[in-house]
Amino acid sequence: MNGSAPGTVSPAKAPAAVDDTATDHTATGPTTAQDLKALARRRSFGVWFKDKGWRHLVGIAVTLFAIFPLLYVLSAAFNSTGTLVGSNALFSRVDFGNFTALFNDPSRPYARWFVNTMVVGVVTSAATVFLGAMAAYAFSRMRFKGRRIGLLSLLLLQMFPQLLAVVAIFLLLSGISEVIPALGLGSQLGLIMVYLGGALGVNTYLMYGFFNTVPQSLDEAAKIDGASHTQIFFGIIMRLVTPILAVVGLLSFIGISGEFVIASVVLTDPDSQTLAVGLYSFVAQQRSENWGVFAAGAVIAAVPVMALFLFLQRYIVSGLTQGSVKG
Amino acid sequence: MTDTELRQAGDQAAAKGRATAPDGAAGRPARPVKKRRRFGPDTTKGTVAKIVLLGLVDALAVYVLMMLFLSESWGALAVSSAVVLVINWIYLRTGGLPAKYLAPGVLFLLVFQVFVVMFSGYIAFTNYGDGHNSTKDDAIAAIQLTAQKRVPDSPAYKAAVLAKGDSFYLLFTDPDGRVSLGNTETPLEEISDAGTDSTGKANAVDGYRTLNFQEIVANQQSILAITVPVSDDPADGTLRTADGSNAYQFKPALTYDAAADTFTDTESGTVYQDNGKGAFAASNGDTLTTGWKIDVGMDNFARAFTDPSLRGPLLGVILWTFTFAVASVALTFAMGLFLAMTFNREDLKGKKIYRILMILPYAFPAFLSGLVWSGILNPQFGWLNQTLLGGATIGWLTDPTLAKISVLVVNLWLGFPYMFLVCTGALQSLPTELDEAARMDGAGPWRVFRSIKLPLLLVSIAPLLISSFAFNFNNFNVIFMLTGGGPRFADTDRDIGATDILITLVYKVAFGQGTGRDYGLASALAIIIFIIVATVSAISFKQTKALEDVNS
Repeated sequence: MNGSAPGTVSPAKAPAAVDDTATDHTATGPTTAQDLKALARRRSFGVWFKDKGWRHLVGIAVTLFAIFPLLYVLSAAFNSTGTLVGSNALFSRVDFGNFTALFNDPSRPYARWFVNTMVVGVVTSAATVFLGAMAAYAFSRMRFKGRRIGLLSLLLLQMFPQLLAVVAIFLLLSGISEVIPALGLGSQLGLIMVYLGGALGVNTYLMYGFFNTVPQSLDEAAKIDGASHTQIFFGIIMRLVTPILAVVGLLSFIGISGEFVIASVVLTDPDSQTLAVGLYSFVAQQRSENWGVFAAGAVIAAVPVMALFLFLQRYIVSGLTQGSVKG
Repeated sequence: MTDTELRQAGDQAAAKGRATAPDGAAGRPARPVKKRRRFGPDTTKGTVAKIVLLGLVDALAVYVLMMLFLSESWGALAVSSAVVLVINWIYLRTGGLPAKYLAPGVLFLLVFQVFVVMFSGYIAFTNYGDGHNSTKDDAIAAIQLTAQKRVPDSPAYKAAVLAKGDSFYLLFTDPDGRVSLGNTETPLEEISDAGTDSTGKANAVDGYRTLNFQEIVANQQSILAITVPVSDDPADGTLRTADGSNAYQFKPALTYDAAADTFTDTESGTVYQDNGKGAFAASNGDTLTTGWKIDVGMDNFARAFTDPSLRGPLLGVILWTFTFAVASVALTFAMGLFLAMTFNREDLKGKKIYRILMILPYAFPAFLSGLVWSGILNPQFGWLNQTLLGGATIGWLTDPTLAKISVLVVNLWLGFPYMFLVCTGALQSLPTELDEAARMDGAGPWRVFRSIKLPLLLVSIAPLLISSFAFNFNNFNVIFMLTGGGPRFADTDRDIGATDILITLVYKVAFGQGTGRDYGLASALAIIIFIIVATVSAISFKQTKALEDVNS
C-alpha cells in the first residue's frame, strides 16, 4: 500500500499547487485596488477553473462512470424488446412489458425469490444486530478474563469469511438434514443459522467502537437508581447507539441479500431460493435472450436496498468513518 | 480501563451471589475494591422473560437431542448434550454476566465459523467427493444395487407407480398385456383386475392410489430405488424403471465375494479388488465408479501442485488472485483518496449531489453489478461494442488480458465509493493546525500531503486497506457474475480460466457443473487460501502497528 501512495497523490497535488500560487500572486502582485479588480475580472474564469472548475469536471466524469451502468439497466428494464442487443439504444422505448413477463412465469417464481430474500435478509440482519450488540455491550461495559483475547480473535476471524468453508458448510447441513430436515439443506432456517455464524466479527468491532463513545456516567447514574443490567442495555445503551445499529443492520442486510455462494449451495429448490441465486441461474444460461426480464428483476431487487441505503446514508457515512476509522 | 474496572466481574459476582458464593468471587476477596456501582437486581419482567426464553431453547434442544438419539448419531448427541448443559449453566447461575451476553453469538460463531473451518481442514485430507461419499459398506451395497445390466433383448414393460400407505409399488404391463405388481420387498405377483388406460397400460388397482406425474417427480429417488425381484431366485434379476413409465429387466453384472472382498464381473470374469484408494479396481486399472471415503493424507495438496492438468492453471490462478486483490485495493484507494481530496472543500457547489450520485454503485447489490456489467461488456451484443464503439468485436470478456482489465475496472466501479467515503471521513478528522504549521514552515502542498497528511491518513486507514485486501482476495461475486472465471485456459481440460481467483476455483471444483464434485480437493484449496490470508494479515498488521508507533 505504500507503493501505491505516491501515484495516488500526484493528480491531487498539481491543482493544489496551482491554487496556492494563484492566491499568492493576487496577494503580492497588484498594487492598486483598480488593478486588482481588473485582474480579477480578466482572470476570473481561469482562477475559478483552477480553484474549483476542474473539481466539477472530475465530479461530472466520475458521476457518469458511476451512474451509467445503473441508467443502462434501468433503460433495459423498461425496453420490452427483451434481448441484449435490443437494450443498447438507451430509453428508445419505455413500457412495462418486462415487468409483467417477470411475474408471469411459473418456472421462474420471481415474487417468491423476492419474499425469500426479504425474509432471510431481515431475520438475519435483525438477529445479527442483536447478537452483535449484546457482545459489544459485554466487551465495552464489562471487564472479564479473556476480554482482550476475545476482541482480538474477533478481529482475526473476520479475515476468514465463511465462504471459505462452503464445502464443510454444505456437508454439515447435509448431515443435519438427515436428522432434522427443517434445519438442513434446502431450508432457509438452516441458511439463516449459517449466516449467524458471521454475526460477531466485524460487526461487533464496529459496535464496540461506538459503544465506547457512550459515556459510562450514564450507566452509573442508572445503576444508582437500581437499574438491572438488562434495563441499562435495552433502556439506555441500545437507544443511544441507534445509528450504529442501523448501520450494522443495513450493511448486513446488503451483504446477506447479495450473498450467492452459500445460498446457492444450501437452497436447491427454486421456490426457496433468494434473488441472488434465482436471478443468476436465470441469466447464466441464456444471458442475451432473457436480458430485458432480468433487467426488470434487477431493478426491483435493487430498489429497496438502494432506497434504504440513501435514506440511512448519513448514518452509514458516520458509522463507517467513526466506528471503523477511529475505533 | 483502570485496574478497578478489571475487577468488575468479580465484584459483580460477589454482588449477585449473596446466598451462594460463586467461585469467581472467592479468588479475589480482600483487595481494596473501589466502589464500582453494581447493577440493580433483575426485574420480575426480566426474570419471567429469561425463564420463558430458556424454556423455549431447552424445548428445542430436547427435540434435537431426541432426533439425534433416534438416528443413532452418538457423537453429535454427546456434543449437543454438552452444549445444552453449558447454555443452561451459563444462564441459570448467578454471576458470569459477560458470558450471558456473549453466549448466543459465540455459539453460532463456534459452530458455523470455527468448526466448519476445522471440518474443511479434515475434508482436505480425504477423497470426499462424487463417487466417494460414504463408508465402504455403503459403497458395496450401492454397487450391488446399481451394477445391474439390462438383460439383452429383454422386453420393455409399461409401468405405473402406485402407492399404498407409505410404500410405493410398481405396476407392470408386459408386451403380451399381462399385468403384475410388486416392489423391492414384494416379489412380482400377477394382477387380473387392473384398470387400464387407452393404450392398454394398466394404471390402477383397487386399494392402491396411482401417482400423477408431479408426485413421481417429487419422489424420484425412492421410485428409482425400487427393484422388483422377478421371482424368489435373485439370479432371475429384477424389474426397474428409470422414469416411472417404462421398465426393463435387469440382472446383476457384478457379484460380491465377501470373503475375498472382491467383485467379479458375471460376463467377463474380471475381478475387482480394493485398491487402497477408496475404490475397487481391476488388474488393468479400471475402477468401479462407486467408491468410499478414505483418508488420503496430503494427497490433495500434492495433487494440486503436481497433477499436470492442475499445476499450471493453479499457479496462474494464485498469481492472478494476488494481482487482482492488490490492484483492486490500490486502484480503489487511489481513486477514493483523489476524489476525497478533490471534494474536501466546504465551498464547492453541488458537493452533496456529486457525493450521492457517486456512492450509488456502493448501494447497488454487488451480484447484480457483475451481471449488469457482463451485459454491457458482452463482446457480441454488449452496449460498449455495439453502441459506443460502433459494432466493434473487442473481446472484453473473452480475451484473457482484456478480461482481467475488465474485472479490475468493474471492481473499481464497485469499490471506489467505499474508499471515497472512508478517505473523506479520515481527511476531515485530521487536525487543520498541522497543515497550517507546516505551511508556515514553508512546506509546499505536495510536501504537506506527502509528509503530514498521508502518514496520518494511513494510520487510520491501513487496517481498512488490509481488510479490503482480504475481502478482494475472496471477492467471489464480481468474478463469478462477470466472467465466471473465463476465458478458459487452453492447456487443461478442467473448468479453470484466466480470471478465476482461488475462491471461484474452490466453488467450481466442489460444486461445478460438468466435472464431478471433488470436496477433498476443494477443501485443500480453501485451506491454501486460509493460510495465505492468515500470513498476509499477520504481516500487514505487524506493519501497521509499526506505522502507528512511528507516528504517535
